[in-house]
Amino acid sequence: MRLLLREALLPFRRLPLLSTLSITTIAFSLFTLGLFGLIALNLRSALRGLEERVEIVAFVLRGTPPETITLAAQDVATFPEVYTVDYVTEDQALERARRELVEFRDAYRDLQTNPLPASLEIRLKEGFRDAAHVEEVAERMRGFTFVEDVQYGRDWVQQLDRLRNVAGVLGLVIGGAFAAVAMVIIGVTIRMTMLQRSREIRIMRLVGATNGFIRGPFLLEGALKGVLGGVLALVLCYVAYLVFVRNAAAFGGLAFFQPVHMLMILGFGLLLGLVASSFSVGRHLQVVEGRVERRVHR
Amino acid sequence: MIRLNHVVKAFPTGSLAIKDVSFHVPKGEFLFLTGHSGAGKSTLLKLLYAELRPTSGDVRVGGHLVHSLKGDEIPRLRRRLGIVFQDFRLLEDRTAHENVAFALEVTGARRDTIPARVTRVLTQVGLAGKARAYPRELSGGEQQRVAIARALVNDPAILLADEPTGNLDQRATRGVFQLLRDINAGGTVVVMATHDLALVSEVPYRTIEMKDGAVVHDSSQGPAPELP
Repeated sequence: MRLLLREALLPFRRLPLLSTLSITTIAFSLFTLGLFGLIALNLRSALRGLEERVEIVAFVLRGTPPETITLAAQDVATFPEVYTVDYVTEDQALERARRELVEFRDAYRDLQTNPLPASLEIRLKEGFRDAAHVEEVAERMRGFTFVEDVQYGRDWVQQLDRLRNVAGVLGLVIGGAFAAVAMVIIGVTIRMTMLQRSREIRIMRLVGATNGFIRGPFLLEGALKGVLGGVLALVLCYVAYLVFVRNAAAFGGLAFFQPVHMLMILGFGLLLGLVASSFSVGRHLQVVEGRVERRVHR
Repeated sequence: MIRLNHVVKAFPTGSLAIKDVSFHVPKGEFLFLTGHSGAGKSTLLKLLYAELRPTSGDVRVGGHLVHSLKGDEIPRLRRRLGIVFQDFRLLEDRTAHENVAFALEVTGARRDTIPARVTRVLTQVGLAGKARAYPRELSGGEQQRVAIARALVNDPAILLADEPTGNLDQRATRGVFQLLRDINAGGTVVVMATHDLALVSEVPYRTIEMKDGAVVHDSSQGPAPELP
């Protein structure tokens, strides 16, 4: 174990420039990935904020007994899509209008009768706030005989749907591209190290080292570089985040990664380092053998 | 210790590097492989340490059927061999001691036994005083001695040397050759590929001469044919 660690750390001491270069390139590739992650994270939370405003309001026919509405509300609450159902009585509706629509306060005060109907306000669970589900629940609400009208922002919900789709596709494409670039960069940097150490690998093989023994330090080195690159990428992301938040007050509400996200980035760095180095070592071990055959042949 | 039986090595393009070679090297022998460059000496040695596989024929080395070894069995064979090259193949950024210790470390030797074993072989090759020197601080002869120490540290039954004196001056050549003779005197089989005929003619060791991949003369079978 000590030997494995020593051999894995050796290139950091022996080839400090190359090691710094590979850690930096890993860091930058993870940084771009991280920036994308930050954008995706904030976009998602913005979308969620918008989604939370998706609401279906079923206006109730005047004269419907409150018990009927309460019973129906209990029924609606059992719909799988439904998160909450609020029964707003006629009086509550008027009270709210007086409170919220300040400019019409006088008009509402002078009313002899309450013109506002009672309603059921329905919020849907996350994952059901798209146009199809909203329309479905609205349709079901229309089925109640005491429901006079059902309203929800149809255009708005449809636009939200489009926004969500675009964000999803963009996320997949850009995220995939960034991940691929990161993999290639890490693979190349580790291969550079491998070429530097090809002589050592040949000697290791000649004195009877198993492929597993040769691979071990390189895998560990790749994993270490991946994690270090991840740490550096997080620092860069945080700096970028601070700069952005300070210079764009409008984006004051932006969020940074949660600890779980940071662990994911570090884990991703580790995984990238491992996969790329294992791929490079495998290829290089084959190259070493292939070269022998070709050289003899010449 | 070594037995080759109708060994052929062809390369993918079809050219034959080794043509139907058969010979046997018994315990304790010192064998010269001679011939011009490209005669097949290095290829033959590579077949012995499983860097190449024969196209046909049997290669047996120290009880291993080299021709049918699986990939993960090759390291086990190499740990029983010592291999020395013309270009020494030392790790430039490690001292003489570290270069030798490296061969023990990769085979999983117990750490506490390594320093003593390294010191023993460095003493054997006459470099006890230069254990802390890096290869660049050593002469060619000394570097080759470190390489020999590395080859010896696992107590191999067979030492394969591919032109070990090819890069050395006359004096260093003598020293290294004497060292190989001493090692052989201790019971280790030594197979030395060389084109230094002056060296070969000095000692009465068995010599196999190769040409274009074939054995053209084996001194154990009788005197060399007269040149026309």
